[in-house]
Amino acid sequence: MTPAELRGRVEAFLAEHPPATTERSVFLHARYAAGLAWVHFPEGHGGLGLSRGLHPMVEALFAAAGAPDNNPRANGIGLGMVAPTLLAYGSEEQCRRYLEPLWCGEEIWCQLFSEPGAGSDLAGLATRAVPDGDSWVVNGQKVWTSGAHNADLAILVARTDPDVPKHRGITYFLVDMKEPGVDVRPLRQITGEAEFNEVFLTDVRIPDAMRVGDVGDGWRVANGTLNNERVAIGGHAVPREGGMLGVVARSWRDRPEQHTPELHDRLMRLWVETEVARLTGQRLRQQLAAGQPGPAGAAMKLTFARLHQQLTGLDLEIRGEEGLRYESEPGWDMVRPSHVDFTGRDAVYRYLRAKGNSIEGGTSEILRNIVAERVLGLPAEPRVDKDVPWKEVPR
Amino acid sequence: MNDATTGADLDELELLDSDDDRDLRAAVAGFLADRCPSGGVAAIYDGDRALVEPLWRGLATELGLAGLLVPEEYGGAGAGSRDAAVVLEELGRSVAPVPFLTSAVVATTVLAQAPTDAGRELLADLAEGRRTAALVVPLSTSLSGARPVAGTVRSVAGALEADTLLVPVASAVGLELRAVPAAEATTDPVVSLDMSRQLADVTADPAAGTVVVTGDATAAVRAGLLAGTALLASEQLGVAQWCLATTVGYLKERRQFGRVVGGFQALKHRLADLYTSVEGATAAARYAAAVLAVDPAGDETEIATRIAAAWCSDLAVLAAEEAVQLHGGIGMTWEHPAHLYLKRAKADQLALGLPGHHRARLGELVGLVP
Repeated sequence: MTPAELRGRVEAFLAEHPPATTERSVFLHARYAAGLAWVHFPEGHGGLGLSRGLHPMVEALFAAAGAPDNNPRANGIGLGMVAPTLLAYGSEEQCRRYLEPLWCGEEIWCQLFSEPGAGSDLAGLATRAVPDGDSWVVNGQKVWTSGAHNADLAILVARTDPDVPKHRGITYFLVDMKEPGVDVRPLRQITGEAEFNEVFLTDVRIPDAMRVGDVGDGWRVANGTLNNERVAIGGHAVPREGGMLGVVARSWRDRPEQHTPELHDRLMRLWVETEVARLTGQRLRQQLAAGQPGPAGAAMKLTFARLHQQLTGLDLEIRGEEGLRYESEPGWDMVRPSHVDFTGRDAVYRYLRAKGNSIEGGTSEILRNIVAERVLGLPAEPRVDKDVPWKEVPR
Repeated sequence: MNDATTGADLDELELLDSDDDRDLRAAVAGFLADRCPSGGVAAIYDGDRALVEPLWRGLATELGLAGLLVPEEYGGAGAGSRDAAVVLEELGRSVAPVPFLTSAVVATTVLAQAPTDAGRELLADLAEGRRTAALVVPLSTSLSGARPVAGTVRSVAGALEADTLLVPVASAVGLELRAVPAAEATTDPVVSLDMSRQLADVTADPAAGTVVVTGDATAAVRAGLLAGTALLASEQLGVAQWCLATTVGYLKERRQFGRVVGGFQALKHRLADLYTSVEGATAAARYAAAVLAVDPAGDETEIATRIAAAWCSDLAVLAAEEAVQLHGGIGMTWEHPAHLYLKRAKADQLALGLPGHHRARLGELVGLVP
């Protein structure tokens, strides 16, 4: 299908379902049925089997027509990670059951991966899943679960065989968060709010039909999910002074009385580095479009984390006396945000929240290992637990 | 901020090599691999400049690089600054001791703005590689910093290799640019930090030679220095890429404590960070060359140039310093070529405006005033 034909199809859809007079949920389900939800997905699953590159035009046409959207910010994990994983590794039945309500924003997803004892070394996870008839019984504790308090469903990795080395004894599941034994507790973070959770799993039953991939093949499936997470970072174009730099540049322009040569030099260093990162992203997207695999994705995430942290720190200094105050609602009160906005709230929030940028989605230390090993070809870290049955690894 | 400074309409400028870029790169790299051994570059520091003349002759005439930026109407290739950037990246990778930047980029761009008849003749000769020119300003001159000569001009790059000196002279119209045969001026070689771009102190009679740029040459000189600044970033990128690749290669071979030392995380992480910065330099240098090709007089060209200059200048020095350190003792020896790159990188950082100068000017250009 040519871009012009696709455009015609969107226009015909909009004529048939006028956004102004069509109820939101009806509109979204109709859009899914028409294959215009994500055109790079297969027919029957909200797509038309077209190239990914055609999708942004479709989004732009719907946005320009004032069409209701599926509130993508509230379901980032579902849209960015669960959907591509289900498509690649899930059964046809699972795709039929879960993709449509996921895309329409009716079922919100979270990710039960990290554990108190398994962070960077995710494959060392200890949550156990034991077969029992047509089900699995799960016990364990997960942590750093964004949005678990709003989630209807989760993706879960659990250990199904402790007698083999760690990577081989993991299985990937879908979990209904409303099941008895799922206990979500807020994990309050340094900003005062609780966007993350601890999730305790006690004798949670999961039907075998909610297993994704083979028993023991969960590490491969999880890596598919994590690769999608990294692709999502730095993947779209931003204008000059978009993002965090724009916020800090505004602070600078609004506060001439705070200007000093030292602050100015730091601002301009960060301005240059942000612009270099922006151009690097432009080049990375061109590499991806040209079919050249972009190992620089990990490098982009490293840069993004450092720049956010340095920019938000500088912003507080530019604000001076005002940078000492955390007066935006709700201050230090613990609230449960429905989504995260790195550039939102106030300067103190942004400074504190940015500390998470070098942890979430792969710590900067792990990302440096990835760049060094997979891009530069330097030797891998020694892995003393590689060929040892999981249950014999000291922990 | 006005539209010209948002960069929005330039978002899709190609930052990857085209097929033509790859062919040009391979031709230059192959030539340098044969004709520019690092031992020959090191010999210049000991007074043996035998490498320089034949290398430049070959690049200028056999590969036809001297006329790359000379417009077709004056007998040149009329190629764009993207091609010149590819050449400079390869020249940087070999620390090649040739006056491509000073003659084929800076002097050529100055002349191409508004040449007189004599200027046209000179351009045609430059395009054919029959003559080589140098603008008589200190190498440290920033793009708006050119001054009329008064007595001796110190630390001029490219003058030793040039047979024609472009001398800015004070005149009634502002700045007059005169082409003076090198034989009619005094060119004293300087013992330079970077002998692969050896400097000279030049003394020329302000009344000598012929006028080669019509009217006030201030804008022409600035255009030449702007092109030089934008494209120097690609040379710095080439220097940095060599340093990264050579250091990574060495750390994959070198063993201590029974291990390949490149497996130690303290070193891996430094190289991962350096790689990230070099990737940034690649994007910044390509963008500067691409914008210069599209709109040499636009605001965005000065912004892109200063971004690339600020970033690539410091990055090349960092890459060379890391190369010396991570090679251990061997990196400190005369025998290993790392020192050639360190000297070039540090001299390049001081050339055509310091990084801090570019950042300060950027602040003015984008409305972030001190």
